[in-house]
Amino acid sequence: MTSQPHRLAWATALLYRAQGILPLAIALLLALIVASALLLALNASPIEAYSSMLRGAFGTENATAETLVKAIPILFVAIGICIAFRGGVTNIGGEGQMIAGAVAGITVTLALAQAPGIVIIPAAIVAAFVVGALYGGIAGFLKAYFNVNEILSTIMLNQVAVQLMNFLLNGPLLDPAEAGANHIPKTARIAEAAELPRLSFVLPEAVAGIFGTADLFGRTRLHYGLVLAVLLAALTYILLWRTIIGYRIRAVGESERAARYAGIHVKRYMVLSMMLAGGFAGLAGIVQVLGLQYRLQTDGSPAGFTGSAGFNGIVAALFGGLNPLGAVPAAIFFGGLLVGAQKMQRDLEVSASLITAINGLIVVFVVSSQIFTRRITRRQQAALRERPPIPEEASA
Amino acid sequence: MIEQILTASVFASTIRLATPYILAGLGETFSQRSGVLNLGVDGVMLMGAFFAFYTALITGSAVLGVIAALGVGLILGLATAFISVTLKAEQGISGIGIYLFGLGMSELLFQQWIGTPKSVTGFPDIFIPGLSDIEFLGIGEIFFQHNILVYVAFLLIPLSSFVLNHTTLGLMIRAVGQNPQAADAMGVNVTRVRYATVAFCGVMAALAGASLSIALLKVFQQNLTSGLGFIAVALVYFGRWRPYGILAGALLFSFVNAVQLQISAIGLDVPSEFAVMAPYVITIIALVFASKQTEKPTALTRPFERGE
Repeated sequence: MTSQPHRLAWATALLYRAQGILPLAIALLLALIVASALLLALNASPIEAYSSMLRGAFGTENATAETLVKAIPILFVAIGICIAFRGGVTNIGGEGQMIAGAVAGITVTLALAQAPGIVIIPAAIVAAFVVGALYGGIAGFLKAYFNVNEILSTIMLNQVAVQLMNFLLNGPLLDPAEAGANHIPKTARIAEAAELPRLSFVLPEAVAGIFGTADLFGRTRLHYGLVLAVLLAALTYILLWRTIIGYRIRAVGESERAARYAGIHVKRYMVLSMMLAGGFAGLAGIVQVLGLQYRLQTDGSPAGFTGSAGFNGIVAALFGGLNPLGAVPAAIFFGGLLVGAQKMQRDLEVSASLITAINGLIVVFVVSSQIFTRRITRRQQAALRERPPIPEEASA
Repeated sequence: MIEQILTASVFASTIRLATPYILAGLGETFSQRSGVLNLGVDGVMLMGAFFAFYTALITGSAVLGVIAALGVGLILGLATAFISVTLKAEQGISGIGIYLFGLGMSELLFQQWIGTPKSVTGFPDIFIPGLSDIEFLGIGEIFFQHNILVYVAFLLIPLSSFVLNHTTLGLMIRAVGQNPQAADAMGVNVTRVRYATVAFCGVMAALAGASLSIALLKVFQQNLTSGLGFIAVALVYFGRWRPYGILAGALLFSFVNAVQLQISAIGLDVPSEFAVMAPYVITIIALVFASKQTEKPTALTRPFERGE
């Protein structure tokens, strides 16, 4: 008798998972259909555009590496967004928090220029996390204690951070070698010891043939930020679903009132969710500096440093089902979309800003599809209520 | 120094620059009064700005530009209504989706159809006969030498206030935003009212965008609004969901903008970054002060479910 319900529970769990993924797949499909219509309207063949994007994103070893490089900051931001959205705070401030983290991190890195890498890198990363968290915490604090809409405050804080960075890069933090009337706003280069090491995979002979190289990604810009991001995604999954703190964060997000009745300090957890989200965005900022650019620089535009990773991280988190583990493939997907779009722009002369529009559509479709998921859950709950309770079967 | 900054022309541009804030803010007021938070305003503004600009560039007619913007605004407004009213999607996040769509789409179309920076003639300034000549305190220059959209925006304020407070339509809108269940029981079609206000919000946002691209700046570029639409949404909180409150907030922000432009024009030694930052910092402070929110529509952001 015991094996039967167990097998059923497995099947139910699988079905449950499928129900979670299906709306995402449909949302993506709809977005691609709309994008195809757009491409047709612009006199470009959708099939050519998509195949060009696919080749641009994964066609060569270097393309794949560039996709992963692009995915790294998106993933860091997305991990934080998972925490924030699960905790019921809508953090749109990834851009500003990335900048806050990067500014703090580069300041520490440049101050410690003489120290060994084993000191600089952790110090810079901690500084970036803390300052990103504090910057995100502002919006969390204003929401919890002053009832300020966090979407609006984080968007404003993004603009403030961009201007602060521009000010610092044109003055106090400007590369001494660059000082002059027509300088590029950038800091000095970081010490070589502070660089995040490059990441490559030494392949055994048997598989080396398949990839055509024995040292996969050996000559690309891929760096250890990827390992750190994936590791933190796993840790955040554990935090959210296997610890009391995570349980409380999610409880506040599910229902503020129920959480309050359960004795959870709702305001404190709102601030905490926001701070964690800001901290992860801060990591995205410093990893861009230490792993890729080796200095903090911008072209003065709002996305000049971040490359809009603060926004793309939101899209990736939603598309990853607000689960940090789901965010890993989602971030790689959106990284590929961005890198592939560059090739599409060269091949078909269709502007890569198409991707921003598609990202917007994906957000709209994913959020809209939740009505169907909700409806299915409600029907299941109603069915459960009608059935007599089975004492042995756990509800999990 | 003060008299260098507070010139009549600065006050005139305060009035002029208030236009997009007023138009977008009024639209958002109607939407929020009916219980729908429309956060896609900035994206719709960008789309309105682009289509107005493109149409004016091709046809040479600013009036056709405005009509194109209104059409785009209506379509995007109805789409927003479908998403937030019919599909009951989370309004904050779906609004960000609409923003991203408008941001990407307007840039894409600009790259494909125009490509290089161009400018249009746009709307000319209309000198109100008699009034525009008043030299006392520069009143003529400040109030009566503007393009048509400026006058339209300022006239829409008393009109909106009247509609919201003294008509059956206004009563229905407020009822739907305050207590949709009761409104429904009284026979008001909650869905239809919300569709109307959200569509109106889209139209007004697009008009606000057009006022930027073919009346104030007469150019289009990537991310022309740089977050102005979000400030307009914040204005609605700041103005306590009242048209005259929107007016006060809009004038505050346009004054800050005008002073910022004047400071860089006369070359004062203030880092330009801090001047650019000012409106955003003030928005945050304004939101903190507006945080009591006792007048906030009770059903704001809550989708309507009959018989809940």
